[in-house]
Amino acid sequence: MSTPHWLQVHRALTARSRLVFGVLSIVLPLLVWSIVSYVPAVWHPQVMITNAGSVTYLDVGAHMAREAFESEVADARAEGRAPPQGVRANPVYLPSPGAVLKAFYTSFRTPPETKDGEWLHQSLWHSIQIIFWGFLISSIFGVPLGILCGAYAAIARLNQSFIEFARYLPAPAFGALAVAILGIYDGPKIAIIVIGTFFQQVLIIANTTRKLDPALLEAALTLGTKSRQLLTRVVVPGILPDLYRDQRILLGWAWTYLIVAELIGTTSGITWFITQQARYQHFPNVYAGIAMIGIIGLGTDMVLAVLGRRLFPWERSLGKSA
Amino acid sequence: MPSAILGSYREQSEAVRARFERLKAREIMLEVVHLHKNFQSPGKTTVALKDINFKVHRREFLCVVGPSGCGKSTLARIIAGLEEHEGGDVLLQGKPVNGPGSDRGMVFQGYSLFPWLTVRKNVMFGLEVNGYGRLEAEREALQWLQLIGLEKFADAYPNQLSGGMKQRVAIVRALANQPRVLLMDEPFGALDAQTRLRMQTHLLEIWRKIDITIIFITHDLDEAILLADRILVLSAHPGEVQELIEVPVPRPRGLLQTVTAEFLATKARLEELIYIHQPPAEEGEEDYPIVARMTNVTDSVE
Repeated sequence: MSTPHWLQVHRALTARSRLVFGVLSIVLPLLVWSIVSYVPAVWHPQVMITNAGSVTYLDVGAHMAREAFESEVADARAEGRAPPQGVRANPVYLPSPGAVLKAFYTSFRTPPETKDGEWLHQSLWHSIQIIFWGFLISSIFGVPLGILCGAYAAIARLNQSFIEFARYLPAPAFGALAVAILGIYDGPKIAIIVIGTFFQQVLIIANTTRKLDPALLEAALTLGTKSRQLLTRVVVPGILPDLYRDQRILLGWAWTYLIVAELIGTTSGITWFITQQARYQHFPNVYAGIAMIGIIGLGTDMVLAVLGRRLFPWERSLGKSA
Repeated sequence: MPSAILGSYREQSEAVRARFERLKAREIMLEVVHLHKNFQSPGKTTVALKDINFKVHRREFLCVVGPSGCGKSTLARIIAGLEEHEGGDVLLQGKPVNGPGSDRGMVFQGYSLFPWLTVRKNVMFGLEVNGYGRLEAEREALQWLQLIGLEKFADAYPNQLSGGMKQRVAIVRALANQPRVLLMDEPFGALDAQTRLRMQTHLLEIWRKIDITIIFITHDLDEAILLADRILVLSAHPGEVQELIEVPVPRPRGLLQTVTAEFLATKARLEELIYIHQPPAEEGEEDYPIVARMTNVTDSVE
C-alpha cells in the first residue's frame, strides 16, 4: 500500500484534500471543545449548585469541587438534612462554545459596568487607534532608517550597536518610564507599541533592502544613473513588494504588544473590557474579547494581503503568495 | 585538422582586406592601455588582468574570448566602470573613463530588466535619468521597440516575456541612451540554442543599421567567429592578451558559413590558443581519469 499523497513530503494537496483538511482545521478543535464542555462524563470536575438544601454557605449558581460536594451530600444524608443538589460543570474559566458565541452578541449590547466606562465598540475602536498611531509613528522613522541602513553600509554600522542592543530590551519594562514622561492616558501606550516595533522594523527592513539584486543597481549605473538617484529610482521601487510584506508582518507583531501596552497608565480599550469582565467572572465575555482581537488582526492581515496582490502586478505571475 | 588543408586563418580575400582597411581608417573609439587588475582575498593577491592593450575602432564588432577564469567579464566590467583597476587606462575617444556612465552601455547575461517597470518604461529609464522629457522619452522608446518588433509588448512586465524577448528589451534599453560603446557580457548564455541563433542574427542586423561599437564577451567560439570583426583572445591565470585575430570570414555572415575554410581555420586557431596553451589547472580540474570497466568484457557498445 503506497503512502497517501497527503503524507508525502512536499507534495501538493488535491483540491478535495485541501477542502477536507481546511474544514477539519476548524471543526476538530471545536469538536474537542464541545465534547469537553457538553459531555458530563468527560472532565467536569466541579458541581454547580441548583438547590442549596440545608447547607447554609452555598448559593445557587456557585461552583464547588465534586469531592467536597459529595461529602456535603453524604453528611446531610447521614444527619437526615436536605442534601444540596447540583449538576456537573466545568470550572468557570472554561465556558462552552455556545456561551462564548452568545457572549459575542451580548457583549456589544451590555452597557458598561461602571458609570463612565465605554461600550465594547468604543473600546475596540480605542484599541485600533492605539495600534494605528503606534505603528504609524514607528514606521515614519523605522522605514526610512531601515532603507538607509540597508543601502549604505556606513549608516548601518553607525546604528548597528545601539539597535541590536535595544532590540532585546523588553518594551513593557519601559512602562513606568513612559507614564512618567507621557502621562497616564494614551501617550505611554503608543510609546510601548513604538518601542516594541521600531527596532525590529529597522533591522528587518535593512535586511530586505540588502537583498535587492545588485545586478539591477549595476544596470541602472550603466544607463547613466547617478549614485544619489539610485535610492529613489532603483532601491525603493525594487524592494516595495517585500517592504509591504515586511510591514504586514510587523503590524501583526505590533498587535501582540496591544494588551501589555493598554495596561500601562489607565487601562483602556479592549484590555479594559477583558480585565473588567474577568473581574466580574464573566469568562465567556473574556474569551469573546480575546477572540475579537484575533479576528480584527487576522481580518486586517487578509485585507492587506488582497490589497498587496493588486498593488504589485509584476509579482503576480511569479506565483508569490502575498 | 592539419593546417595544410585549412589554409591559414591569416589569409584574407580581397573583400575582407578592403573591409579591414575601412575599419582601421575609422577613429579609435576605445583604447585600453597597460590595464592591470588585482583581486584581493585574505592572505593573497591574485592577478586577474596583466598588461592588457588593445584598440577598438568606431562601429567595430570585437569579441573577447578565453578559457574560464581569464578575466573577460572583469575586463568588460572595468570598461563599463563597475570595477576599479590598479594600473593602466581605459580611454573612450581619448578621454579616461571614471566610473559607470551612459556612454558605455552594458547588457548582462541575466537581462537585469527592472521588474517593477513595463517594457516601455524599462526602455525609457535611461532617457528619463538623463533628463529627457516624458513625452520625448516615450516616443524614443516606442521607436526602439518597433525596431526589435516588440511594440505590442510595450505594456507587459518583464516576467511575462520569454528569455529572448527580455534580452532584446535589455539591448534596446542600453541602445536608447545612444552609448558610444555597447558592452555585452555573455548575453545569450542563458538562452536555448535556437533562440541564441536567432538573437545572433538579430544582433548583427541591429549592428549593421546603427552607429554602435560592440564589445562582446563569450566563451562560445562559434558565436565569436560568427559575429566578430576581430577577436581578442585572453589567456588565464593571469589574464593576458594572447592574440588579436582578424576574422577572415566575409560578411554578411550566416549559418552556411560555419563550414567554410576560413571559419574552420579561425576556429582551429582559437582552439589551439585556448585549449592547448592552457596553464596547469586548479585542484580538481586536472584531466579526468580513465574509468575502470564495470561490465562484462564481451558486452561491448562500440
